[in-house]
Amino acid sequence: MSENGKRTIVIDPVTRIEGHSKITLHLNEQGRVEDARFHVTQFRGFEKFCEGRPFSEMPALMARTCGICPVSHLIASSKACDALLAVRIPPTAEKLRRIFGLAQVLQSHALSFFYLSSPDFLLGLDSDPATRNLIGLAQVKPEIARSGIRLRQFGQQIIERLGGKRIHPAWMVPGGVSAPLSVADRDAILAGIPEVLAIAESTLEWFKGSMEKFREEIASFGNFPTLFLGMVKDDGGLTFYDGKIRVIDAAGNTVENGLDPAAYNDYIGEKVEPWSYLKSTYYKPRGYPDGIYRVGPLARLNLADRCGTPLADQELAEFHELQRTAVLSSFHYHHARLIEILYCVERMQQLLDDPDILNKHVRAFARPNCLEGVGVAEAPRGTLIHHYKIDEQGLIRWVNLIIATGHNGLAMNRSILQVAKHFVRGDRLKEGMLNRVEAVIRAYDPCLSCSTHADGHMMLQVQVVAADGEVVEELRR
Amino acid sequence: MAKAANIKTLKIDGRDVSARQNETILEVARENGIFIPTLCTLKGLSNVGACRLCLVEVKGTARLQPACVTRVEEAMEVTTNSERLQGYRRAILELLFTERNHVCAVCVSNGHCELQSLAQKLEITHVHFAYRYPEAEVDASHERFIVDHNRCILCTRCVRVCEEIEGAHTWDVMGRGIDAKVITDLNEPWGSSQTCTGCGKCVHVCPTGALSEKGKSVAEMLKRRQFLPYLTQMREEDRS
Repeated sequence: MSENGKRTIVIDPVTRIEGHSKITLHLNEQGRVEDARFHVTQFRGFEKFCEGRPFSEMPALMARTCGICPVSHLIASSKACDALLAVRIPPTAEKLRRIFGLAQVLQSHALSFFYLSSPDFLLGLDSDPATRNLIGLAQVKPEIARSGIRLRQFGQQIIERLGGKRIHPAWMVPGGVSAPLSVADRDAILAGIPEVLAIAESTLEWFKGSMEKFREEIASFGNFPTLFLGMVKDDGGLTFYDGKIRVIDAAGNTVENGLDPAAYNDYIGEKVEPWSYLKSTYYKPRGYPDGIYRVGPLARLNLADRCGTPLADQELAEFHELQRTAVLSSFHYHHARLIEILYCVERMQQLLDDPDILNKHVRAFARPNCLEGVGVAEAPRGTLIHHYKIDEQGLIRWVNLIIATGHNGLAMNRSILQVAKHFVRGDRLKEGMLNRVEAVIRAYDPCLSCSTHADGHMMLQVQVVAADGEVVEELRR
Repeated sequence: MAKAANIKTLKIDGRDVSARQNETILEVARENGIFIPTLCTLKGLSNVGACRLCLVEVKGTARLQPACVTRVEEAMEVTTNSERLQGYRRAILELLFTERNHVCAVCVSNGHCELQSLAQKLEITHVHFAYRYPEAEVDASHERFIVDHNRCILCTRCVRVCEEIEGAHTWDVMGRGIDAKVITDLNEPWGSSQTCTGCGKCVHVCPTGALSEKGKSVAEMLKRRQFLPYLTQMREEDRS
């Protein structure tokens, strides 16, 4: 305890997330939380070391940003390169890229929900941290653990069938994809769909039924008004591959519709905070920090008028019923993620049922025709922006990346403050209190290595800092 | 009987083999299915002994001999794969990896690279020397091709094919030791070379991703080299 009685709690490292971070909670004299900060403690420099490389290497280089969502980076990067070539890729290539992306969202969401977050729901937020993980879950609820592993496997196997390997496949290229889909691969994917569809449906049913238990968490897990931002189709439908940017406010009213994703710089600002390598973005017309917005599953479902697949559409209607305004609690990211899993499976089936999916014309060839290109896609965690400039020779001269997790930077900060204020008492600190602080971060499923394009150790740390800056209490994992 | 005198007999790795008198140890070894690693040599081009991977032990001489340029001799006893040679070869390959910036995972030649496949064959899993990480240039000024000095191992195949087969002599080597690099014309951008015919032979003989076709993505640069011996043969027949 410091002289004036103010303290700081540090959670370092934050566990069961993708990447490295710590959280500091600042307490006042009464031991109540006064302020909270989410620090992303890694730095990688992708934007810098790509300079000078031929643009045609960018998709594969960018895929290395992340081992969990390399496909999302491949999509955004390939789209940016398509813009450099100024070509329209063959329709079948676009459909194949869509399937690739849906498989990626499916496997990533399964990872987030089952591997990282479900131990909190099933074993309890206050349960023993030693067994509060997938292994502990497999012992108590083997069928749930198995479902999660199966869903993720299904997504990964589609990526492997299309791209040749599960992690960092090089199949997606500027102008399309490098090889068409075979009949055998299509049939193998289609054969697996009924099983995973059943898993997706039953998981949603179970999760919806258990939500009652988390009333307190729903009320305090990042439950505040913000804007929501993401891509929607021209008809307002859910999309991952392309569309126009829509922004809505907390009441659910449309603020902007039909914004050109390539003009992101007109409406998205980036702010660097001295305590984190994560650049936080904000909606420019509202300024910083009032322009706080959220992206990702919760935002996408708030933004979308429809999904375009029968089962997901029913679930979306139910989701919109959760709240008369936009659905505001970040706890519902989990719910939204499960609906998106359902959508991914249904949508893949639609695309694979189209006979044109076997078309052999899957690549357009061209030389660079533009010196600047932007590629935007919806990654599992939200809107992903790749922006490149090249010289006359086709060598990269400038790169800007805005990663989904960065959009959520402000909201994650505010969320941990809300959770900490609600649950953490400095005078009687319990592990379960801090786990809730971590759990709200997990709801966003941040990918920190992506968002800082950084490198480091995968850990979580919570720190309690006194008013004079002294670290009084620290929990490390 | 005069012809018989042109045949030499020797031992390679304890095996009795016969050879024509002008043959190199490497040629005889390959005819007999004995593996000697190489990077700079290529059938159809002259041999320069640049990479030193084909060094072999010859009984009676203390020095190691490069198999690609050493002619066979009567009663020679050659060892191609001793522990000492294996160690040297691995060290040479490791040094090649440290000298420039070879990042296989994101290279256009990933999966089709002679340096990479040789390292795999010699079971190199780690590099024991410090990487130099030099700042090497990428010249994409040519309309169709790129030279990426990060991936060049200075085998000089491009120099030889350009001079010996195409007859253009666009490529050459500049500088010495660690500063050596391949250049086009008098160290001008490839795109402004007056001598380059744009035939692309250099690209296809390059063992790594140093020379590649523009627009190729990672792992897409497949090289065709089978044309070379035929091309040489046809030209020799034309001349005769």
